[in-house]
Amino acid sequence: MRDLLVTDSVSKKFGDFTALNKVSIRVPEGSIFGLLGPNGAGKTTLIRIINQITMPDEGSVTLDGEPLAPHHIRQIGYLPEERGLYKSMKVGEQAIYLAQLKGLSKAEAKKRLKTWFEKLEIGDWWNKKIQELSKGMAQKIQFVVTVLHQPKLLIFDEPFSGFDPINANLIKDEILKLRNEGATVIFSTHRMESVEELCDDIALLDRSNKILEGSLLDIKKHYKTNTYEVGLVTSNEAELRRIISSRFKYDPAEFKSLNEDLKLNIKLSSNETSNELLNFLSSHAEVNHFNELVPTANEIFIQTVKRNAI
Amino acid sequence: MNHLGLVIKREYLTKVRNKAFIIMTILSPLIIIGLLAVVAYLSQLNSSRERTITVLDETGVVSDILEESESLKYLFLEDMTLEEAKEVVKVNENYGLLYIADHDSISEIAKQVKFFSEDTPSLTLITSIESKLERKLTEIRLQQQGVDIDKLRSSQTKIDIGQESFLGEKTSKIDNVLKLAFGGFAGYLLFMFIIIYGNMIMRSVIEEKTSRIIEVIISSVKPIQLLMGKIIGTSLAGITQFVIWVILGSVFMAIMAGIFGLDMTSMQQPQQELMQQAMETPEVNIQAQTIINSIYNLPLTNLIVAFILFFIGGYLLYSSLYAAIGAAVDNETDTQQFLMPILIPLILAVYVGAFTVIEDPHGTISTVFSYIPFTSPVVMLMRIPFGVPIWQQLISLLLLIGTFMFTVWFASKIYRVGILMYGKKPSYKELIKWLKY
Repeated sequence: MRDLLVTDSVSKKFGDFTALNKVSIRVPEGSIFGLLGPNGAGKTTLIRIINQITMPDEGSVTLDGEPLAPHHIRQIGYLPEERGLYKSMKVGEQAIYLAQLKGLSKAEAKKRLKTWFEKLEIGDWWNKKIQELSKGMAQKIQFVVTVLHQPKLLIFDEPFSGFDPINANLIKDEILKLRNEGATVIFSTHRMESVEELCDDIALLDRSNKILEGSLLDIKKHYKTNTYEVGLVTSNEAELRRIISSRFKYDPAEFKSLNEDLKLNIKLSSNETSNELLNFLSSHAEVNHFNELVPTANEIFIQTVKRNAI
Repeated sequence: MNHLGLVIKREYLTKVRNKAFIIMTILSPLIIIGLLAVVAYLSQLNSSRERTITVLDETGVVSDILEESESLKYLFLEDMTLEEAKEVVKVNENYGLLYIADHDSISEIAKQVKFFSEDTPSLTLITSIESKLERKLTEIRLQQQGVDIDKLRSSQTKIDIGQESFLGEKTSKIDNVLKLAFGGFAGYLLFMFIIIYGNMIMRSVIEEKTSRIIEVIISSVKPIQLLMGKIIGTSLAGITQFVIWVILGSVFMAIMAGIFGLDMTSMQQPQQELMQQAMETPEVNIQAQTIINSIYNLPLTNLIVAFILFFIGGYLLYSSLYAAIGAAVDNETDTQQFLMPILIPLILAVYVGAFTVIEDPHGTISTVFSYIPFTSPVVMLMRIPFGVPIWQQLISLLLLIGTFMFTVWFASKIYRVGILMYGKKPSYKELIKWLKY
């Protein structure tokens, strides 16, 4: 797949503080790219460099194969974490103004806005001032303004903060839809559950360095431990434990279940398959829960960051 | 439309549509004119009250010099003692009693003149009576010493030195006063404009930060375009307001004059009377002629063009300083430490203009200050009426505009860096450091 955005050894210093240290990422076209990392890792600095708010001290950024230049602003839609709108301006007027700054004509901006406002059911806000709206309502407007000029690259920094679950879902669906229509999305967040749901690829920044990058699937495969979570129904628990321990390593497991099961995490060695385990178990007890333990993005995040800290 | 145009349009419309702005635009002239009307009404009330002054003159010299007017009557008493006269005044509720005791010598009479009244008498009234008495008594003494009053009057001489440059341009003292007045007016107007609208620009620059839209905006517009747009847009709004003030002010003034008849002008009646008196005497008539002449003598076209250009230039320069402050801080409370130094050069300019330019319009100090961008709008405008070569004016103007551009660039630099420094209060030292980023 072609890479829409490439940063090559980008470094940025503020005085003596290094915000980014030779960070290189590749954002494949048409994907949702999760830019993850703990607070102060340098995510926002990197995003600002991509938006040409600050310049890198070293390294280069290319968009669509061209070195980043002022005219690229029109191809980028940016929803910053620190966000707001002009409070005393009317919704419609403000959206048109911001769209015009991104190079849309007034008529075109108006047309697209109408469509979006209908889609999000906020048409009757057109003549309201931002200060009359709730925070969530203003966030919706902000989202529309970010995507209105149909940029190739969308950058969302914590897009779901301030939204209730219903609206967060609405926005999530819209982001997926935009991706399916061909847009590339960079998505920065601390919320790992939304990373699971949305991201195709991720990069993990920690203390100014990139410590992990790749497709979420590959990373998960790399981090998985061949452990299976099982729930077994048996009359003789001690006997069953003895039989299992003769062949596999296991730990007690914790999960919710309707039955009073024996709950175990069973780890396989690399030459054993899940089928062998299942056959083995079903010949000794009734299996009513069988699940491969795949590391969550959250676990990978914490694990990697901790390891990096050592 | 390009970005600058868009920003200007937005800034202008937001300012002009702002409710507080609209209210102030309409209310300010109303309040000022209303106050004027109240003052006019009160002073009219005051002067229309008829006053009667009782005069007890034992010498009999003043009866012919005290002229009655509509608001001032005299009641002359005769063959009475001072105590009786005081009683009369009290019974009649008169304004006061002028008492002139008789003596052999004029100087004794002069010492013994007294005015009795319930309240402290008006200063103008006393002064006018004093001067009339003085003149009369002086004349009597001169006559006593055998001086012919008519001859004395006719031999009084007045001198007004006619000034002329080698090129044949006639000038006069009045010329210089006029020139100074022009420069002073320009300086004052600039001062007012900067104070009223400078803060508005500063607040407008902070707006993006307080409403947190800054990152969205700055990822679409270059800071220099944003700041330039804000300065121009706000200035246009300011000019709009000012023009409306002038128009509304004149309209209200006309309406007031219509309602109160000639009340508004009656305020200046004393001065007008003086002027009229003065006009009747031939020498002053000539002087009025010179005033008009000297207005024509001023390099008018040059002045008007220079006024517009230097006014705009000066205003933009100072605005850009306000914008720079706005760029450096996160909220308005942090602006205090920066605000004071801004107006100092302007005050200095007015001083240089008032003390140096009038003394020596083309001396070193005047010339240097008319080049320095922060003082040139005032000092150069004061110098121009005395004749300044066009090339000097052009250099000064270019310096002014150049400095303006530099300040905006500087401000935009601070602005960009300021985004990354949320919540950090900037010091001057910090600002210099920011420039290196």
